[in-house]
Amino acid sequence: MNIVVAMKQIPDLQQVRIRNRQPVFEDVPLTLGNIDKNALEAGVTLKEAADAKLFVVSAGNEELEDTVKEALAAGADEAFLVIDDALDHISSDVSAALIAGAVKKIDAVGIILFGEGSGDNYSGQVASRVAEILDLPQIGYAKAIELADNKVKVVRSLEDCEEVVESELPVVISVVSDINEVRIPSVTQILKAGKKPKEVVEPDDLDIAINAKPIVATLSNLAPESARKGIAVKSVDELVKALTTEGLIGR
Amino acid sequence: MAGIMIYSDKTAYALQLVTVAQMIAKDAGLAIKAISINDAEQAGELSKRADTYKIDNAAIQVGDTAAVAAALKQTAAQLGANIVLLSSNRRGKELSGRLAQSLGAGCLTDVNSISSNAGKIECSRNALGGATVAVQQIETENQVIAIMPKAYEAAPEAGGSLNDLAVDVKASPLKVLSVNPKGGDSVDIEAADILVAVGQGVENKDDLATVEAIAKALGGEVACSKPVATDKKWFSEERIIGLSGKKCKPSLAILLGISGQVQFTVGIRDAKTIVAVNNDENADILKMADYVMVADVEEVMPALLKALS
Repeated sequence: MNIVVAMKQIPDLQQVRIRNRQPVFEDVPLTLGNIDKNALEAGVTLKEAADAKLFVVSAGNEELEDTVKEALAAGADEAFLVIDDALDHISSDVSAALIAGAVKKIDAVGIILFGEGSGDNYSGQVASRVAEILDLPQIGYAKAIELADNKVKVVRSLEDCEEVVESELPVVISVVSDINEVRIPSVTQILKAGKKPKEVVEPDDLDIAINAKPIVATLSNLAPESARKGIAVKSVDELVKALTTEGLIGR
Repeated sequence: MAGIMIYSDKTAYALQLVTVAQMIAKDAGLAIKAISINDAEQAGELSKRADTYKIDNAAIQVGDTAAVAAALKQTAAQLGANIVLLSSNRRGKELSGRLAQSLGAGCLTDVNSISSNAGKIECSRNALGGATVAVQQIETENQVIAIMPKAYEAAPEAGGSLNDLAVDVKASPLKVLSVNPKGGDSVDIEAADILVAVGQGVENKDDLATVEAIAKALGGEVACSKPVATDKKWFSEERIIGLSGKKCKPSLAILLGISGQVQFTVGIRDAKTIVAVNNDENADILKMADYVMVADVEEVMPALLKALS
């Protein structure tokens, strides 16, 4: 069986600066989403238990070949990449079509793993769209995955409950960050990553329909304006007095 | 034919969606249809506010997103709805992408607010991990929009109707084995008027008693930043403020030892008044606070408790 983990190349958000309320992406390195790394770790655990092969699938611009090394070092066996310079800041629908197209090119896929949301956009749509395109069952927000007898048993973490769900394979699963602690790859793993197989295709190589026009328009994307007072207080007494005067405490 | 359809697995959120639907309907002159699946009580509540269509079908498990999406796709076709409003809780968010894909629709999730202009619906949502707020609109005829829970008030009772609706759903490869309520902590920090939030700058677990006493003296609740719950495990996840936790709008938030990464601040920036206590004069949180105290949190906590008692 093959296990696929889908990962998104995103700007390192810790390094995105805000200038005049606009996000500045210049010189910001690209990385893989944090929760995607939890999905990868879950894939490594499953592959070790099931003696399966783990593919990392991703779509993005040319830098992806470099970015994906991190996933190969962390335990993926092979990479299947859809690369095109136009694939910068791709939308959820295009991303889903490309990932579904890539998954179709890989044989005997049993489990397709995602993070619950990408680090940058966090819309959480791609796993669901891929499941619909491939007509597969899906289980979102997994905090534990057990694989046995060609079935998975998953504990989903919802706001007010935990739901235990069983599904036949193949299945699409998205994970929450609590599912595991991501291991840091060793130096040997990092050195080996460069030699692992990578298949690189272009969007046209996939048998999949991709929306030609954007289906969502972004009208603006600005840092929210904050109109805070920023009053420095020297002592607790001064603070309590100010809050009391404002009627916020001691009501 | 165009119309608005709403669905949430949670009744409270479904009633909030009625409010959003009414805003869009008023502008665009569209009919509102509320959907309820295998939940007679919810259908009853909705029918006091909107024309409600009740689906009773044992083949649809609420935990099976594929089945719920298939049911709603058929419902949208039968009722002539092109705008689907869902709740952006976890189930709703998962459903959004699937339903949008099957309807050929553009989709926006985690939407905090909408404004409807001549049939175009402008949606605001956090982007870039909460660093920015994006205003976006869907360009396709079919639209799926998932609204954040509690972003809008529930619609008041104003009359509606209750109808039955039948859909066909194929046998599912997925089985829900059990649903277990999360035990222990049932605190609702989103509803609290005053919050005292603990960050990683609070280093001793022994100090939590003081924090709790401060919260109690103020009539508020204790909350925390994510690492305090997930790494230190001092609190349940119910108390996390931020992008992957709760978005809170208290009148007063007292932030103790919180550095102010955007993943946190996105959950508290709607507070009316923010007090930040931090020993680092360069902490980001100090730039977004109304009252700033650069001091040792360890010393401030007992002094604050004393001043409030």
